[in-house]
Order: sequence, then structure tokens, then C-alpha cells
Amino acid sequence: MLLALAVALFAIGLLGVIVRRNVLVMLMCMELMLNGVNLSLVTFAQQTGTTVGAVLVFLTFVVATAEIALAIPIVLLLVRRKHTLDLSTYNELNG
Amino acid sequence: MLDGLLLHLDTLLLFVFGVCALVGASLMIVLRQPMRVAMALISTMVFLGGIYGLLGVHFIAAFQVLIYVGAVMVFMVYVIMLLEVREGRGPRYSQWVWPGLIGAAALVGALVISIWAGLPQVGTAAKGAGFGIQSFAVSFLRDYWLHFELTSVLLVAAVVAAMAIIRVNRRADEKRRHG
Repeated sequence: MLLALAVALFAIGLLGVIVRRNVLVMLMCMELMLNGVNLSLVTFAQQTGTTVGAVLVFLTFVVATAEIALAIPIVLLLVRRKHTLDLSTYNELNG
Repeated sequence: MLDGLLLHLDTLLLFVFGVCALVGASLMIVLRQPMRVAMALISTMVFLGGIYGLLGVHFIAAFQVLIYVGAVMVFMVYVIMLLEVREGRGPRYSQWVWPGLIGAAALVGALVISIWAGLPQVGTAAKGAGFGIQSFAVSFLRDYWLHFELTSVLLVAAVVAAMAIIRVNRRADEKRRHG
């Protein structure tokens, strides 16, 4: 049941990253994906009785924090440039 | 009746928390304003913390609330308030709605099928007593100390990259001001 919940959270996060237009909402959906992975890691650690999953969860915490700390300034830069959060307007690299 | 309820209280609470987390995650797709999406994500994270606590890994539950809700999401909420770019009346979803839906459905199907095929004992949640923080700490700092140090390298790289982004920002501002 918990693994199914983890799969559902990951899939909803992926769906949000693909279908939403707002940059901040996409970032939050990425966080949701990380949360789903964390839940699956904790479930595996619980089922096997080992600590490896918990260690990986801690490393995922660090990665998520670093990701947000880098993504937010990039979003700020983009918004100062175009004054919108809509990601489909950032198409300068579209050849 | 009451005894049976108390006996299965853990499973019941686990189910309720799971359903609440799923509802919060689904609201994230539907809601329009970023602040409401952030609130839905915060509630999802808190319910996930409750699930971790019920599973017996209390320190991960504490860090889930402290780091995710306390640091990451507060940062996110600050940025949403700082930008104050309200989403207009434009379309809520991009042109990738149907490919995204089909891809997500395929992913869910494949993963659920592989889980059902691979693990016969799925659903044994809240069975084990969980491991304490002592075995975790010993294992963390004795077997995985290299990974721990590598995360510090990652954090230093993130700090340097954030400073570089700020410098790019400042340079762009100066260029705009001088013409």
C-alpha cells in the first residue's frame, strides 16, 4: 500500500512538471516527486530492516535542499527578465 | 469493538494519512494560484511525516517536518510572496496535457504491475517495530561517512553556484542601468 502511494505521488509530481505552466508550481511538483521517492525508500528500509534506506533519505534531503537553493535564484532571474512565471514564454533557445 | 479499533488504529491512521497525502498531491495539479499549491504541498509533506512516524522512523519524520516544511517550503512561500506575479486568466495547463496524462498513466501502470509481480508481501506496512536512531547513527557515520562528506561537497558547490547566479544577476542589472 505504501509503495503504491509512493508511485502515485511520483506520478502526480511528474504529471505536474509536464502539464503545468507556472515555474514555481513545477518546482513544487519536483519536490513532490522527491517525497514519493523518499516514501518508497523508507518503506524498503522498513521491510528489510536495514538502515541503508534511511541513510539514502537523508542524502535526498540534502539534494532537495541544494536543488531548491539553486532553482529559486534562477527563477528570480527569469522572472526579472520576462516578468512572467509562464515557462512557455522562455523560448529563446527554441531553434 | 473498541479493542479491535485500537488494535488496528495504526493501520487505520496510516490509511487516513495516505489518503490525505494523495488528496493534497492531487490538489497540487488542479489549483491555480502558486500559494495554494504550496499549501497543498505542505499538507502533503506533513501527512508524509505522520506516515514516517507511524512506521517507526521518528527521526526521519522529524527531519521531514524540519527540513522540508520548515526550510524548503518556507523558502518557497517567501519567494511566492516576493515575486507577487499572479497568474492571469490564461490557460492553466501547457500544450502537453494529453501526452503528460498518457505518460503518467503508463508509468503508474508499469510501476504497479512490477510492484505486484516483484513483491509478494506488499502491504505489510506498520508491521516491524522500526529501527532506532542508534543503529542508524552508527551505520551512517561508520559505513556511509564517505557519502556524508560528499554531501558537504555538494552543499559547497551549491553555495558557490548560488553566488555565481547572484553575480550574473547583478551584472545584468548594471548593464541595464548603463544602457
